[in-house]
Amino acid sequence: MTTTTLAVLVPLLPFLGAAVGLLLGRTAPGFVRPLAVLPTLTAFALAVLVAVRQGGDRPVNAATELTPTGSIPIELALHIDGFAALVAVLVGLVATCVQIYSTGYLRDDPRYPSYAALVSLFTSAMLLVVYSGDLMVLLVGWEIMGICSYFLVGHYWETPEARAASLKAFLVTKLGDVPFLIGLFALAADAGSFRITRILSTVADGGLDHPTLVALLLLSGVAGKSAQFPLHTWLPDAMAGPTPVSALIHAATMVAAGVYFVARLLPVFAASSAALVVLAVMAAVTMAGSALAALAQDDIKRVLAYSTIGQLGYMTGALAVGDRGAAVFHLLSHGAFKALLFLAAGVIIHAAGTNSLAAMSRMSNLRARVPDAYWTMTIALLALAAIPPFSGFFSKESVLGAAEHAATGHAEPIPGAAGWTVLVAGLLTALLTAAYATRLWLLAFCGKGAEAPDHGRQPRTMTLVLWVLAVPSLAFGALAYGTLPDWFDGDDLAPTLTTSVLGTGAALAGGLLTYTAWRYTSAMAVRVPLGAVAAHPEGDAATVEAEAIASHAPAYGGTASAPDPADPARLLLGPLHRHAAVGFHLDAVYSALFVRPVQAGASLVRFLDREVVDTYVHGAGALPRLLGAAVRRAQTGNVQTYVSALLAGTVVLVVAVLVVATGA
Amino acid sequence: MHIAYPVVLSSLLFCTGLYGVLARRNAILVLMSVELMLNAVNLNLVAFDVWLTKAAEETLHSGQALTLFTITIAAAEIGIGLAIVLAVHRNRGTADIDKLRDTAEGHETDGPGGPDEATVTTEPAAGQTEKAEATA
Repeated sequence: MTTTTLAVLVPLLPFLGAAVGLLLGRTAPGFVRPLAVLPTLTAFALAVLVAVRQGGDRPVNAATELTPTGSIPIELALHIDGFAALVAVLVGLVATCVQIYSTGYLRDDPRYPSYAALVSLFTSAMLLVVYSGDLMVLLVGWEIMGICSYFLVGHYWETPEARAASLKAFLVTKLGDVPFLIGLFALAADAGSFRITRILSTVADGGLDHPTLVALLLLSGVAGKSAQFPLHTWLPDAMAGPTPVSALIHAATMVAAGVYFVARLLPVFAASSAALVVLAVMAAVTMAGSALAALAQDDIKRVLAYSTIGQLGYMTGALAVGDRGAAVFHLLSHGAFKALLFLAAGVIIHAAGTNSLAAMSRMSNLRARVPDAYWTMTIALLALAAIPPFSGFFSKESVLGAAEHAATGHAEPIPGAAGWTVLVAGLLTALLTAAYATRLWLLAFCGKGAEAPDHGRQPRTMTLVLWVLAVPSLAFGALAYGTLPDWFDGDDLAPTLTTSVLGTGAALAGGLLTYTAWRYTSAMAVRVPLGAVAAHPEGDAATVEAEAIASHAPAYGGTASAPDPADPARLLLGPLHRHAAVGFHLDAVYSALFVRPVQAGASLVRFLDREVVDTYVHGAGALPRLLGAAVRRAQTGNVQTYVSALLAGTVVLVVAVLVVATGA
Repeated sequence: MHIAYPVVLSSLLFCTGLYGVLARRNAILVLMSVELMLNAVNLNLVAFDVWLTKAAEETLHSGQALTLFTITIAAAEIGIGLAIVLAVHRNRGTADIDKLRDTAEGHETDGPGGPDEATVTTEPAAGQTEKAEATA
């Protein structure tokens, strides 16, 4: 088979799996699990094959016209360069792991068939985005991911949190997608084609008339999808979905789509230095703010969600300084270790019966209950904190190196301001990242107090994939930084000495600070008892998690934080903790700016409808009703009365006719 | 004979019948009054027929023919009417027209038995429709 055929099969197989899974889910439950896992696994194998065949050489291009539109044609096009090939391998790997993990995680879930089919559909949409060489086809995958995300976040739709979160995720990403669509049209109108290759050649010839406008419009869609400030607020709330969904969608793939899109069209963005500065500021605010917020969260998955936002900030930072190699390098290593972090967190939530770090810090011996999750999570947290030699170190250093390169003016025409912004924010975030990673590890695994409840052995499918993902988290960076430039643009990705020392120093400082603070505060944990665990520990992991999510707000007074004086973050953040825990009140700002005006408008419309429009309708009904009531009084049932009235009427008529006839 | 005599007689008959229909309570008497009115009309028909044929060259005596029709129909009508009265009397034990007010609107209690029951059974239904309107 040619590489093109293989590449077409990669998105197609999970799509067919999803379609068949949705059709057969009820009638043939025995086929649901194979139908969920096998197409994804095959797609992963094919993606690897495509990557091997492509090998970072000349991009594979193939196109067939889908429909003549009259002006700019829409084509079914493939454009597989080194970026696409490698990102597809990552998507395939994470999706396969998540599908296998889900068979254990949702093993008693009655809605598993539709869930697995939606995950497959989502995987196929992401692979379509990755391989597509036509922006309209890319948009199709982009929007399918949005709707799958909506359904999967709302998987536990019995809980109000999940319902609200799924709506919020959908609306916020759509808010970015509308300008995104307009930006695509503007870009295609300038370039005369939706094909990425033709757009890039137009940009290279300087044929783009409105680069800043197009870039800023596209950026809003990217900010929505990749959860960048100010459209990031949906991502922490999306943790109300099942953990495998968080791992697949909200860590490794969908949120990476925005970054990947910018990486593909980087010359378009690089044509406008204003767009690059906006991107750099967005990245810097996102990184630093989300790291502070992550430090204050109580829900283990919300910590990871904010950390995802921060790491995506690193990627957009790398794009802002014009180094898409570093951005995609970080995307790949982050995809592996963040998926691992989420999946391990799912195991921990199941074992502990709670998603609250405050409650976990009052359980001893949790690490002995889930040794696989303990070890793999330690690896992944070290990778997240960018400690050498884990993969996160190399990818993050390549980002910081690129920022330093741009800051010192070596990367024309990237503005130096963008470089400095990303570099300073990146170093600050490296410190904070290490701090919250350390906090998470200490609170989850070094708790003191009662024994952790015994929920039996975790399913083998769940622990196995942890180790599969631990391998790239451990070794991918060190192995890949030398060879990856051949796949990408050829820029060097090796860590430079200055940024390595600064970054690792910041990370170590953050970790040590948190450890010191934890030593100081952990003694208090005994004095303040806290914690609520799931009511059905014998249920499957998904049941436990849904209960934990639903009970967090009533038990601790909020979905984000817990009143725990033994939390080292309280000591570290001081008065900032209160604001960081609620994401710096951005939700409140949004609700004041958008939600309340819309609700006020809705209640005005409701008032106009109920009180004004309905008054006319009711009036139109009430008048005949009144007349009817008056006439009804004459209806006595006595026939003689009627006949008398008839006679009287006749007499009146006769008199009238006589009067008229005689001409009076 | 002058046309005034039969016309005056027939209007007297008609007025008597009309008074009976409007004022009598007994259904049979009402029916008899209806017959009086019909016969007043018949009298008119015959009288005017004779009066008009005096002047005409040729005539079909349509007034007299129509009278035959009226008599036939009156016979059929009184048969059915008496049967209904009989049935009502068997059912209700009375043929008093004032007490036969089932077609009345509203909740007036006009007599024992049927009307009361009818209002009782219709009342909850009316309540239900009002409720349905309120919730709709």
